[in-house]
Amino acid sequence: MTAQTNPLLKISNLHIRFHTLDGVVQAVDGIDFDVYPGETLGLVGESGCGKSVTALSILQLLRCPPAEIDGNIVFEGQDLLELDREGIRKIRGNEISMIFQEPMTSLNPVLKIGEQIAEAGRLHKNMNRQQAWRWAVEMLRMVQIPGPGSRSRQYPHKFSGGMRQRAMIAMALSCNPRLILADEPTTALDVTIQAQIMTLMQRLKQEFKSAIVLITHDLGVIAEMASRVVVMYAGKVVEEAPVIALFKDPRHPYTRGLLGSIPVIGRKEQTGRLLQEISGMVPSPADMPRGCRFLPRCSHAMDKCHQDEPPRTRLAEHRRVSCWLETR
Amino acid sequence: MTDIADSSAAKTGTPAADNALRRKWAKLKRNKAAMLGGSLIIIYVLSALLAPVLVTGNPSGLNLMNSLEGPSFKDPLGTDELGRPILGRIIHGSRISLVIAVGVVFVGLVCGIPLGLISGYYGGKIDFIIQRATDAMLAFPGFLLALSLVAVLGVGIKNTVISIGISMIPLYIRLVRGCVLAIREEAYVEAARAVGTRDAKILLRHILPNVMVPITVQTSMSMGTAILFAAGLGFLGIGVQPPTPEWGAMLGSARSYLFHAPHVATFPGIAIFLAVLSFNLLGDGLRDALDPRFKL
Repeated sequence: MTAQTNPLLKISNLHIRFHTLDGVVQAVDGIDFDVYPGETLGLVGESGCGKSVTALSILQLLRCPPAEIDGNIVFEGQDLLELDREGIRKIRGNEISMIFQEPMTSLNPVLKIGEQIAEAGRLHKNMNRQQAWRWAVEMLRMVQIPGPGSRSRQYPHKFSGGMRQRAMIAMALSCNPRLILADEPTTALDVTIQAQIMTLMQRLKQEFKSAIVLITHDLGVIAEMASRVVVMYAGKVVEEAPVIALFKDPRHPYTRGLLGSIPVIGRKEQTGRLLQEISGMVPSPADMPRGCRFLPRCSHAMDKCHQDEPPRTRLAEHRRVSCWLETR
Repeated sequence: MTDIADSSAAKTGTPAADNALRRKWAKLKRNKAAMLGGSLIIIYVLSALLAPVLVTGNPSGLNLMNSLEGPSFKDPLGTDELGRPILGRIIHGSRISLVIAVGVVFVGLVCGIPLGLISGYYGGKIDFIIQRATDAMLAFPGFLLALSLVAVLGVGIKNTVISIGISMIPLYIRLVRGCVLAIREEAYVEAARAVGTRDAKILLRHILPNVMVPITVQTSMSMGTAILFAAGLGFLGIGVQPPTPEWGAMLGSARSYLFHAPHVATFPGIAIFLAVLSFNLLGDGLRDALDPRFKL
């Protein structure tokens, strides 16, 4: 496994707060995880648990204020949070790039597709206009857009959702980054297109040897793509595991709940229920319960859970869980 | 994996902008009021360009023998108190008015757009400073602001342009800032930042083109307002100075003869009215054609 190599990205003790009119909202509360070169790390959790905010903070795309970021985000020995504007600008798109959730709105409607892809080349590779354009067409061919030459001269409204996401991927890959942050890249697409995009990302990942942080709440996507998984709940990492171990033997009650909420044909005959939902709602970040954050929704809650936050228990290499059940 | 079928548009390779532009033009053409406004503007522009050809002789030359004559074949719109042909003076006056209108809008655009972009995009302290300055300027009615600026700067075409132009700046700042506030939150701006695009480039290439529709509409409207303001200053005698044939100044001097020679005041008045109206009609039409969701 990747135990010996140094991590490409090391996030430690990351806190992200937002100062709002209703007070301070703690969106991410002391998370840490590593990403190793060439791997695909899945970052899973339900809406509002801090996945996207974490990704945005890596590239410093959050507006500060209202956001306030603490901790360390070390990329190849360099703390990204200590870089100045120009420093982080050189990292963006070049070393680390991002694929966004909404392909329909992530492309500028008034610029041609080719221009938008060429932009990164002109910024980071010192290409002139023509070189960058030719190269943008090449990138479009790489992501299997038919007729890339004529397509690159079109505006985004002529592209379907799947094609736009391909164009976004072309943009993200255009400078051959070491790390790609994919923030729910397939959520807005329908299932067949999802599969195409996933296959494409797998292939390009092997070609470009980039690491991917795949943010999603779709465990099917995780099972197919990721080698390791980090499960987040309410701004904390609750479990981290290699993907097979996670699906075989989920340790945290939340992870079990997530896996239980995937529809399985035939489950109704076995258990009498089609889906096992996790009851209740994510607590509001402004009003977190004392002790364990998952407590109000947990079926295994004990006295201890009410008093203290569960410590992190290391079970194996890259295998940890934060739950009192594991500390016995 | 199957490739997505190539659409016919991709094969013909027609740039989308051409189509979109053609559609918008077709929509504008259907709008009769806007077309009327546009045609009037073209007539004004042509008469301004061709003034020396259309009107022979000096529009400011005196001919006291036939002062205050009514409309006739020789002088279709009559003559003023100094015997000068009113038609000729209106035609020459269109040069002054259009130059002022263009100059005013230029001042407004050149100062207002950058300030609005910066104010909206960066926010924070710089936004606060620009917005309070804008508030201060907007506290004065536009014409009053132009009037007091003229009092400071002095009379003449150049000062008229500067003072009315300055009074237009806050309108552009507000307009651009408002649009930028919405656009800067768009995913594509974030995507551009994520690729490492510089702020200046984001502002000019990603945000500004998306603000062009409201700016275009506002510009057309502002031209009308500028003509009206310039005429107002001329009427009060602190704008363009006689004997330059300026519509407002013509109205001003005709005021004394309103009872026994009403045509002397009426025709320049109609000229001003039609010019302002046509810019507003065109502006309305542009708004409807370019972006139906946008309301100014």
